[in-house]
Amino acid sequence: MQIFPCPFCGPRNETEFHFAGELGKVRPATAEKIAAPDWATYLYAQRNEKGLVHEVWMHLTCSELFVMERDSVTMQVLDTRSLREDAQ
Amino acid sequence: MTRYSAFNLLREGLRGHTGWGKAWRSPAPKSSYDAVIVGAGGHGLATAYYLAKNHGLTNVAVLEKGWLGGGNTGRNTTVIRSNYFYPESAALYDLSVRLYENLSRELNYNVMFSQRGMVVTAHSEPDMEMAARQVNAMRLNGVDAEFLDRDQVRKLAPLLNYRADMRFPIHGGVLQPRAGTGRHDAVAWGYARAADALGVDIIQNCEVQDFIFEAGRCVGVHTSKGDIRAAVVGATVAGHSSVIAKMAGCGDLPITSYALQAFVSEPLKPVLDTVVLCPPFGTYVSQSDKGGLVIGGGLDRIPSYGQRGNLPVQETVLAGLVEMMPALASVKLLRHWAGIVDVTPDSSPIIGPSGVEGLYLNCGWGTGGFKAIPAGGYLFAHILATGTHHEISRPFDRNRFVTGHLIDEGAASGIAH
Repeated sequence: MQIFPCPFCGPRNETEFHFAGELGKVRPATAEKIAAPDWATYLYAQRNEKGLVHEVWMHLTCSELFVMERDSVTMQVLDTRSLREDAQ
Repeated sequence: MTRYSAFNLLREGLRGHTGWGKAWRSPAPKSSYDAVIVGAGGHGLATAYYLAKNHGLTNVAVLEKGWLGGGNTGRNTTVIRSNYFYPESAALYDLSVRLYENLSRELNYNVMFSQRGMVVTAHSEPDMEMAARQVNAMRLNGVDAEFLDRDQVRKLAPLLNYRADMRFPIHGGVLQPRAGTGRHDAVAWGYARAADALGVDIIQNCEVQDFIFEAGRCVGVHTSKGDIRAAVVGATVAGHSSVIAKMAGCGDLPITSYALQAFVSEPLKPVLDTVVLCPPFGTYVSQSDKGGLVIGGGLDRIPSYGQRGNLPVQETVLAGLVEMMPALASVKLLRHWAGIVDVTPDSSPIIGPSGVEGLYLNCGWGTGGFKAIPAGGYLFAHILATGTHHEISRPFDRNRFVTGHLIDEGAASGIAH
C-alpha cells in the first residue's frame, strides 16, 4: 500500500484517493463557436507525461479536490496542495 | 536460416544440435532505409514482416531500445479473441485471429496458438439479454459465437463457482470457440526470424533519441547508434506513444498510459481448458501448457509509466479469482508483473498518419495489443508502404476524435477497460 498525503486530512491509504484528471485543462468558452479540433483537444488530448506530472485528485473520504505533483515512473509524491490555492 | 522441420530436428539431434545457427542476425544499422520502424515488439516486428512479404519492401530496419519483445509483448496474458461488438472492431480483430490461425505454418515457427475457446459469463437475467445481444452482433459480423446456458458453461468450465448463494450466480455466458491463447514470446521471435530471413535488419539496444526533419517532413531518426535516414518512419511503441509523439512534435495524443497487471500461479495439473472471464469480478484466467494459471484483471486507475504491480489491484483481481473458482484459494502465485498500456477514450487503437508528414503511428491498443499483433502489423505495413489506409484500418484513424466517429468498445463489448 502506498500512502498519499491529503492536504486536509494528512497521510492516508492510496485506496481512499481517486485520480480526477490532468491539471490545467480549461473548457473552451462556449459563448463563441468552438472548432471541432479544439473540442477534441479539450475532451481527449492528454499530456500523459513520463516523469513529473501535475494532476487533480480527490480524497474520497473528505470529498476535497486537490493538486498532486508526483513522478509517474517512481510513483513518488512530491507535493500536494489545495486546488483552491491554485485557483486564487 | 535453418528451416524448422521434423527432418531437421532429427538431423540436428544426431549432430548434437550444433548446426541450427542464429534465428536472426544482429547487423549494424545502415545509414538509410526505405522504412524504419521504432519498437521491436510484436506490432513492430509484424509490420516489418508484412512490409517485406506483402509489399516487397525489404530495405527495412526495426529499432529497439531494449531487447526484442521485452515490453508488453512479453508481459500480456496471451489471450487471442475477436469477441467485439462493432463491425469495425470485428473486421480488425477477426483479421488478427484468422492470421493467427495460420501463423505457425506461415512463419515456420510454433506460436502455440491453442483455440481452446473463451467464455464470458453472465450473472443475471439482464446479463443474459446482453449476452444474447453480443452473440447476435458477433454472428452478424461474421465472428463465431455461441450462447450458453448455465449447464453448458458448467460442462465447459466445471471449476467455476456454481453455488446458488454466490454473490453473482452464473446464469450462462458467451463462448467464442475460435478464441484461445498463444505463446507470446514465440510470436515476437517468429516474426523476427521470418522478417530477418526476408532481409529486414532488427537492431536491438538502439534507442531513438529524436527525429530528423527536413522541410517539415520526418526523414529519419537520431539514435544511440547514430543517425538513420528513412523514407518513412512508423512508431509501434505501446506504452510510450505519448513520449514519442511529443518528441516528434505531433501534439498530445488521446492516450493515457496505465499499468496493467498480470499474475501466474505455480504449475497445476490440468484444471481449466478454456479461457474464462467473469465480468462482475473483472478477473479472467486460463491455464498455460506448463500448468500455470495465467490471471489478469482490470487496469490500475492511476496513470503510470512504472512497470510494477501494486497491492490494491492485486487484492481485487485475486479476490475475484477466488470468488470465481473457490478451489483455487490455496494456490500459490509464482510471479506478478505489470506492463504499461496505451489507453484511448474509446478503447480502440489508433493506426495511421501521426499529423507529421513521414511519420505514422500504431498505438492505443490498450489492454488488448497482443491479440491484435498480426492485424496491426498487416495493416500498418499497408499504410507505411502505400501512404493510405487499408479499408479495415481507416475507421481507426486518429481523426475520429475530431469527427466524433468513436468506436466505443469500452462501452459496447463490456470490456472493463
